[in-house]
Amino acid sequence: MPVELKQIGIIAQKEFWDRIRNRWVLAVTAIFVFFALVIAYFGASQEGVVGFSSIELTIASLVSLAIYLVPLIALILGYDAIVGERERGSLDLLLALPVTRLELLLGKYVGLSAALIFSIGAGFGLVGLFLSYRIDPGALGQYAGFMLSTILMGMAFLSLSFLISVFATNKTIASGTAIALWFFYVLVYDLILLGVLVVTEGQLGGDFFPFLLLLNPADIFRILNVFSLEQVKTLYGLATVFPESLANPWLLSGSILLWIAGPLGLAYWKFR
Amino acid sequence: MPTGAAGLKENIIEISQVSKQFGRIAAVNHASLNIHKGEIFSLIGHNGAGKSTLFKMMLGLLQPDKGIIRIQGKAVNGKQFRQVRRQIGYLPENVVFYDHLSGIETLRFLGALKGADLNSCGALLDQVGLLEAARRPVRGYSKGMRQRLGFAQALLGEPEMLLLDEPTTGLDPAGIREFYQFLQQLKQRGVTIVLSSHNLAQIQEQVDRIALMKLGDILTVGSVQDLREQLDLALQFQVFLHTSSAGEPLRHALMNLSGCKPRFDGKMVSISCDRKQKMALLATLVNTGGVRDIHIQEPSLEDLFLGYVDETAPAQNQTARS
Repeated sequence: MPVELKQIGIIAQKEFWDRIRNRWVLAVTAIFVFFALVIAYFGASQEGVVGFSSIELTIASLVSLAIYLVPLIALILGYDAIVGERERGSLDLLLALPVTRLELLLGKYVGLSAALIFSIGAGFGLVGLFLSYRIDPGALGQYAGFMLSTILMGMAFLSLSFLISVFATNKTIASGTAIALWFFYVLVYDLILLGVLVVTEGQLGGDFFPFLLLLNPADIFRILNVFSLEQVKTLYGLATVFPESLANPWLLSGSILLWIAGPLGLAYWKFR
Repeated sequence: MPTGAAGLKENIIEISQVSKQFGRIAAVNHASLNIHKGEIFSLIGHNGAGKSTLFKMMLGLLQPDKGIIRIQGKAVNGKQFRQVRRQIGYLPENVVFYDHLSGIETLRFLGALKGADLNSCGALLDQVGLLEAARRPVRGYSKGMRQRLGFAQALLGEPEMLLLDEPTTGLDPAGIREFYQFLQQLKQRGVTIVLSSHNLAQIQEQVDRIALMKLGDILTVGSVQDLREQLDLALQFQVFLHTSSAGEPLRHALMNLSGCKPRFDGKMVSISCDRKQKMALLATLVNTGGVRDIHIQEPSLEDLFLGYVDETAPAQNQTARS
């Protein structure tokens, strides 16, 4: 059945304004601004200095922040998108209207993505504006690249949250799964890979290691940013195990786009 | 009710041989039904009879395993599904809205998706008595107000048919009366109304026809009068006598009348009488004398429903499905 953009727009608009009205966007923007400023200022304290350092080191600090915060926020944002409507009992009312399930899913995804993009844009954008007085304006392009990749990572985790929302039978299961997924991708996944490499002294999985990193959108985001910052690349051990050939920004961006389309496609397959 | 060229009633909803299975349970079993344009039609049955499943299939929310449902000649989930759904107003059982939105915002959102004229939202709220609460968040609405809002959203886009699942839930007696008056007005305008309700006393005076469902089967379809005639349940007479002594000759007279079971209680006699013996009983009462007043009660819809349910099915299935 053909998709009507108007229907997607109406649903997206409601989802977006809901997040503006309930101050979700404001709260998340404030969180980004606060943590980004703190991290940008104290990021180099391990080296015995405080203050706003080079843009590359600042971005490296912000990457670490974004890897923890953005997936969590995106997963929390979307986990109840469908299961919440179903549990509340409003799903039947919506689907009895001239709306297809694909339009409903996309409308919600677009609306929540817009809220996420707005928060990331406003939060990190304000910090970027603040930093622009202290750093070489030419380096702001790198900062914009960081923001763009943060948005893509957020959208990938939002897409995963939709997958959870469609498969979960109730909101409790959905929220538990969302938190578990965050733990897995942000805290556990790299540890497992590293553990396997150390235990087997690189015998097992060494060749696949770079590809295994592509199975985690948070790692793709990290690689994308680390490899685009010359000064930072050498600081990260990652650069020694990840081949230069796979670190192509287009390839990595393409991978993260697949992480957006894949779970969302799977969610639609189940939802329809 | 609109009729075709040959005087036949125009079918607006056609359900043919529709079945839906959930696991091993047949929720709807080879159901066939035609609903005429401009009538008030009701689906009645116990919980688990298949009413809601049939409703959802009529809306295209569930796909039948077998059979087809056509609305105005178009398959409900076919290529023209948007056109079909714009013609339908739906009020689900226990309607739920977004608590943070106001009444008017709710209608505007749902109306935009339905392609309705958004300028009509205020008038619709006025029609259901919610104009003053239009800008208040729905979280502050009572159950009755939510139900009224639900009814208003069902009317968005001036649909040609309304599917109302338990529409009077949460309404007070005055609200229920207003609601049915409004349904009659809609009927006059040619709107087809399909409703399900457990409150049989409420609907028996309001509906044109009824489908009685049990365990996924449609047991019978017809007007209340049709059902009375089909089931041939006894009429209930209440006879009031001038004096208690007038009871004795009446007792003798009724002994000779088959199909009548009298119960004497002082100056009042209750008689359960076969429908075909009605005139004979009346004649007996008149001829015997001593009668002050007579009340004749037709079997209610509830009696008919219980009569059908008792008559038709093994009780153990019912427990298993409820």
